[in-house]
Amino acid sequence: MAETLTNGHTQSYVGTRTIRPDGVDKVTGRARFGADFSLPGQLIGRVLRSPHPHARIVAIDTAKAEALPGVKAVITRDDFADQPSEFIPAGEMMMNYKDVVRNVMAREKALYEGHAVAAVAATSAAIARRALKLIDVKYEVLPHVIDVVEAMKPGAPLLHDDLFTVGVEPKPDKPSNVAKRIEIALGDIEAGFKKADVVVEREFKTAPVHQGYIEPHAALASVSEDGSTELWCCTQGHFIVRAHCARLLGLDIGKIRVTASEIGGGFGGKTVVYLEPLAIALSRKAKRPVKMVMSREEGFKASGPTKDGKFVAGFAELKYQAGAFQGSPVQPGVMCAYAPYDIENVKVIGYDVVSNRPKVAAYRAPGAPISEFAVESVVDEIAKKLGLDPIDLRMMNAAREGTKAAYGPKFGPIGLEETLNSIKKTEHWNTPLRKWQGRGVASGFWFNIGGETCASLTINEDGTVSLMAGTPDIGGLRASLSMVAADELGIPYDKVRPIIGDTRSLGFTFLTGGSRSAFSGSMAIVEAAKQIKAELCARAAKLWELKPDQVEFAGGSVKAVGAGSEKFKPMSIADFAKIAGKTGGPIGGYGRINAQGAGPSLGTHLVDLEVDPETGRVTILRYTVAQDAGRAIHPSYVEGQFQGGAVQGIGWALNEEYVYGEDGKLQNAGFLDYRMPVASDVPMIDAILVEVANPKHPYGVRGVGETPIVPPLGAIANAMEAATGIRFTELPMSPPKVLKALKDKGANGKN
Amino acid sequence: MAKVVLIGNLAQLTGGVAEFTLSATSVKQLYQQLTALHPELGPHLQEGVAVAIDGQIYQETLLEPIGPDSEVFILPQIAGGCRVGR
Amino acid sequence: MAKHHIEAVVNGDAVEFLCETEETLLDVLRDTLNLTGSKEGCASGDCGACSVTLDGRLVCSCLVLGCEVGGRRIETIEGMAKGEALHPLQQRFLEHAALQCGICTPGFLVASKALLERTPNPSEHEIRFWLAGNLCRCTGYDKIVSAVQDAAATLRKG
Repeated sequence: MAETLTNGHTQSYVGTRTIRPDGVDKVTGRARFGADFSLPGQLIGRVLRSPHPHARIVAIDTAKAEALPGVKAVITRDDFADQPSEFIPAGEMMMNYKDVVRNVMAREKALYEGHAVAAVAATSAAIARRALKLIDVKYEVLPHVIDVVEAMKPGAPLLHDDLFTVGVEPKPDKPSNVAKRIEIALGDIEAGFKKADVVVEREFKTAPVHQGYIEPHAALASVSEDGSTELWCCTQGHFIVRAHCARLLGLDIGKIRVTASEIGGGFGGKTVVYLEPLAIALSRKAKRPVKMVMSREEGFKASGPTKDGKFVAGFAELKYQAGAFQGSPVQPGVMCAYAPYDIENVKVIGYDVVSNRPKVAAYRAPGAPISEFAVESVVDEIAKKLGLDPIDLRMMNAAREGTKAAYGPKFGPIGLEETLNSIKKTEHWNTPLRKWQGRGVASGFWFNIGGETCASLTINEDGTVSLMAGTPDIGGLRASLSMVAADELGIPYDKVRPIIGDTRSLGFTFLTGGSRSAFSGSMAIVEAAKQIKAELCARAAKLWELKPDQVEFAGGSVKAVGAGSEKFKPMSIADFAKIAGKTGGPIGGYGRINAQGAGPSLGTHLVDLEVDPETGRVTILRYTVAQDAGRAIHPSYVEGQFQGGAVQGIGWALNEEYVYGEDGKLQNAGFLDYRMPVASDVPMIDAILVEVANPKHPYGVRGVGETPIVPPLGAIANAMEAATGIRFTELPMSPPKVLKALKDKGANGKN
Repeated sequence: MAKVVLIGNLAQLTGGVAEFTLSATSVKQLYQQLTALHPELGPHLQEGVAVAIDGQIYQETLLEPIGPDSEVFILPQIAGGCRVGR
Repeated sequence: MAKHHIEAVVNGDAVEFLCETEETLLDVLRDTLNLTGSKEGCASGDCGACSVTLDGRLVCSCLVLGCEVGGRRIETIEGMAKGEALHPLQQRFLEHAALQCGICTPGFLVASKALLERTPNPSEHEIRFWLAGNLCRCTGYDKIVSAVQDAAATLRKG
């Protein structure tokens, strides 16, 4: 589909590769991230964390810590009011605050190693650390469970005695670790399997992984004597942080002002609160600002997948660990599992299970990489069994416009086929391979969301434009929004200066997540620009004494139209800016929307790898991503999302996992042993931008950030099969596991 | 009359009935009519669902219109890069 | 325990500070000298976000003690641009979109500068292995490598 949507005007910037407006500060070290803020007189806060994965907290004695010179405040569970168990909206999400307050600070039990039990604020980090050692906590250690299948068994150690499985009939009368059972179904799954010529059934296992953002959590809180609270933190959603802190600390939302600092990565991990409520509680008690920064170790311990080839039936059962409190992403995992394909009969069941690990937070397309890994692996096996090209097989079954998704509605225009075709045409696809090398392909899907978004445009006296947006900029958003504003108003890009506004400056804006910030933000900017253009036309009509339909905004100016229009010289934004006061006051537009119409983004990845049979090490030789962006506002940053997500997927597939001992304690809480890809682990990542316009967005934009992490797991597993003849069903495919599998295969004489 | 289908666990609150034909012309009316038929659905419709109308998914909306021949699905709320609490 | 009194040169300026024995150079740069451009990502020398040069040698400042740098020359990200002129590496990083969140960028720039000063014409392989001590979670490294290659070419032209 070659149609390009332009919202009715020339686009000089959208689609080009501008320099981001916040760039100079980022390459000179001037930009201030979460830990870069300090206030005079501030205290340093530190958290005491449970060494046990599961224990009743019998008593906490803080007297000695409070008596240490330099300690100004100590907090425990007693400093947080308990919250009733109910799902309530917290700025657009459903939260159970009974769980949230317990995750922020343990109450009856410590439910994972690293669970916060107390916190102190002191005049130096050294004194704070010493104070933690003086806090005496009496634990009654309990048996723990950290494996999802074990946690589901009757008789497993029980985390919550008030957790009864939702979604099963009859309702259970005994509590368990299974929070929820969900199911989606399409057609008749039994009949579907009866019709099938080939059935492939496999069991897969993946391990918990961490988002791996390089910047640890950080917060600086300052509470005044009247309860007014200022908070600086690195977060994906400062309006969400405000909502949580207000609730947990019993404050009016309007009493808290949250400023989002620059954020050093989030990927879903900074959509929840950890330190923020603690910093506020400590500051409230100490009457001084309190700064808290997590160490890397704390980050890992405390913060948390008929022979013609036509698919006729798809079934999956997913068991996801949520960590200490319910809420794994099993729901989206269920809904995405078969989403890329047009299948008549589908049934997917999911279980949300608690265990003694840190409560999971979202990670880029939460739930989808895991379920789609399993499906893409099985699709590959079917291709092999039927002797079909894996791209052709996917093409035959690809979801397209009008296909009914397994979770109900029909798709609008989507670009899966285009991505499959793009991959097939690459030189990569057609390059021959050698022994111990393998090629794999996989596709992926993510819904994307819109949501409540505010953005404002203000015309300054010299005609420059101040842009304020409500979604934290996690990777180039300010460039994209400035380009949209420049094109909408017909002004040069460098005359637009953007900032991310704090929570007092704009209306509620949902967080940066769901691949929504460029999609929704640009829609809010278009709305703000529309208001400005209408205002300028109204003023021009009055100035020129014309009727409203005799003026229009085009190409950056207001022009008179119709008979006699040549008498009136067109007026630019800068012209109006000079006389703004005299014509009614400052000029601006304020877009406040609930962006709907988000379109899914589908992608296909192609990977070549080589296995070293002596060490089990896997080298990625070549990698190509093709994904539908709808419309790329800034192609470089869209490519960046493709490349970054792909490399996170490579890490997930080949090396990343939380390693626990039998004692339920984390053994690899650092970047040395939680092994994420480094520059020498990966090649250049070729990015193919496909653009199938999303008709619900003025420019056709689709969110792109999450889909790229979905296909790599399956693509790499499929390449491993091609290279070794072994189907790996357990991730990560790390060297010890690969070596063992190769040895087992050799031992069976099948080599 | 719009065709309305409940996806996921919602049908458990209606004794297994997942498909309805209703005269609602907006999401607000749809929720009212469903709640009148099955009062237990009420609170679940207010928070935590998304509505797909003729293929387009809407989240957090009461005022969206529903046409006389619309196909409507009520789905669990979708939130990405962030967890759904329910 | 009395603090140590240290004199050193940071980005060409003479500095004087007091520090505890256990304070790292990173702590001193950020908390005492208010040079927050170097970042703490792990405090264990695994991520490279704290990269600086010490007498011309690339180091993780989280692995150097503040009291070790007496009489020595330290260069941080804050000293890379000269007046209004960005270093070619800084310029190329912007042009190639070699940063997304930007937290790792100071470390990558300092490390890349150290590479190009000793190897003006590095291969892709040499770039990737030199920078293997700097973690990036956002970009997948592709555009970082391109930016370094481009900057190297610019610097060779003189």
